[in-house]
Amino acid sequence: MSTRASTLTGRIMSAPSIIVLFLWMAVPLGMTIYFSFLRYNLLSPGMEEWIGTLNYEFFLTDPAFFASLANTLLLVGSVLVITVVGGILLGLMLDQPIFGRGILRLLVIAPFFIMPTVNALVWKNLLMDPVSGMFAWIASLLGLPAIDWFTNAPLTSIIIMVSWQWLPFAVLILLTALQSLDRDQKEAAQMDGAGPVAIFFYITLPHLSRAITVVILIETIFLLTVFAEIFVTTGGGPGLATTNIAFLVYTQALLQFDVGGASAGGIVAVILANIVAIFLIRLIGKNLDK
Amino acid sequence: MGAIRLEKVKKSFGTLDVIPGVDLDINDGEFVVFVGPSGCGKSTLLRLIAGLEDVTDGKILIDGTDVANEAPAKRGLSMVFQSYALYPHMTVYNNIAFGLKMAGESKDVIDQKVQSAAKILNLTDYLERRPGALSGGQRQRVAIGRAIVRNPAAFLFDEPLSNLDAALRVNMRLEITGLHQELKTTMIYVTHDQVEAMTMADKIVVLQAGRVEQVGKPMELYNNPANKFVAGFIGSPKMNFLGGELAAKHNCHEIGIRPEHLAVSTESGVIAATVKIAEHLGAETYLHVEADGLGPMTVRATGEMPLGEHDKIFLTPEQDRIHRFDAHGLALGAS
Repeated sequence: MSTRASTLTGRIMSAPSIIVLFLWMAVPLGMTIYFSFLRYNLLSPGMEEWIGTLNYEFFLTDPAFFASLANTLLLVGSVLVITVVGGILLGLMLDQPIFGRGILRLLVIAPFFIMPTVNALVWKNLLMDPVSGMFAWIASLLGLPAIDWFTNAPLTSIIIMVSWQWLPFAVLILLTALQSLDRDQKEAAQMDGAGPVAIFFYITLPHLSRAITVVILIETIFLLTVFAEIFVTTGGGPGLATTNIAFLVYTQALLQFDVGGASAGGIVAVILANIVAIFLIRLIGKNLDK
Repeated sequence: MGAIRLEKVKKSFGTLDVIPGVDLDINDGEFVVFVGPSGCGKSTLLRLIAGLEDVTDGKILIDGTDVANEAPAKRGLSMVFQSYALYPHMTVYNNIAFGLKMAGESKDVIDQKVQSAAKILNLTDYLERRPGALSGGQRQRVAIGRAIVRNPAAFLFDEPLSNLDAALRVNMRLEITGLHQELKTTMIYVTHDQVEAMTMADKIVVLQAGRVEQVGKPMELYNNPANKFVAGFIGSPKMNFLGGELAAKHNCHEIGIRPEHLAVSTESGVIAATVKIAEHLGAETYLHVEADGLGPMTVRATGEMPLGEHDKIFLTPEQDRIHRFDAHGLALGAS
């Protein structure tokens, strides 16, 4: 966009898409904010009235809110740790010239193509089921009692499933970053007397810092709203053990038909996501400026 | 101390013999340049000495000890890479200090060594910068600094100047030569540029297809090339090779005469020729000519020469500067 004329043309040409996108975002957000200040329950239609911040007071003082906030943070944090550490290790392995690397890479990437609901059903019915699941079968071979995963370790089960889903993404990003590491740098470090462990911590890991940042930021966005895995397996229970913010908003809106309360919850979720985003950008975003 | 001796060093990649077997003696404190066209195996040979590649066969002796199966760091050598291979996320200080840190030196010793290396290389003001904020020449100096602090038995340079622009290259050439005179450490320097080889080396090793074609002092190679390949590779512009009757007169298959050893006359001479292109550089003039019955030749005449396209000239070789070659390209003695 070098001349004034071409700048103007550019703005005019891109205006329609920007306007559509803006409306697409702004209208639902505005409606949600509006609903969040109403008494609006689908079970009593026509009774809508302005009640100020009462929905927010109810939502924020609900014990379920704190439980689901804790669950959300625990879920996001655990999955991030597992996928980043696991992604680095798998990436390092797949970067080696090992036998059958092409097929291995394909297999590692595969879980990412499976939709979350199917993923959850596979884990629930084929792997973690205490009667007919594979884990129970392995346990019986070893003479151990079968674990009823969703009863005894519900959040852990969800974390395992979501990690399995997101590990390929981390591997993919980190593997490409590993492949762009200059071979000369490793050799220079070798000449400087660094062993494999020192090379990993002084050369490889700093090189990966940017890719790790990307993985953390993108995964966080998606992990804050994990829903399908919970809906299909535990339904948020037992009790509130696996209810996260997204699932709590769902129960408000579609199980209690409280549109006003759900809207308030949605706005709270948006604010929380922004707090997390600001926090993350401050913490690790500087890695992206290099 | 850094005397390096290669005994029948061989390197194969699969069935391909990159280096079929090289014997070479490098004395302590010598500046040795490996030179040859690209793909001649000079970098591979350097990497074998460094330990970055495993030898297929043979011995590499450093001060009498065979290190062919030692890890690179155990050989006490330092290397400067073509791409510099600086650690981008570390400051200049940490780049230089890295090797010492890995060797487990104390903070005080590291600091003192880094500071003194920085002083030698004029890097003192840049120690807290990252490589990304340095110019090409400065990066080059950091790479050299990283090599110096380890106080190696020998320095290995892998085409270190090829990423620099022409003016800087001449500067760094002088700096590296100066550094060698100061440190008096053995240096092995790989390049494809025969000018770098001629100007820097105590000893030049000319390589082709993994074989050592000739080893000698720069002027030895210039004056007495062992074969046609060395004769053509050393010296710029390239030596002229002439066959036919002229060669028969000297009892050989082909004669070689350097462009600077041809006298130019407009009246009479041994070879009649027509000027195709004249390059006037002021101090000298390069004439690209078509010699009658002999084909294209290059002439390097001193000073200014008022000649242009289509001018007829006569060339006379200096008799004692004629190189004679047999049918296999090997040099014959003076006739």
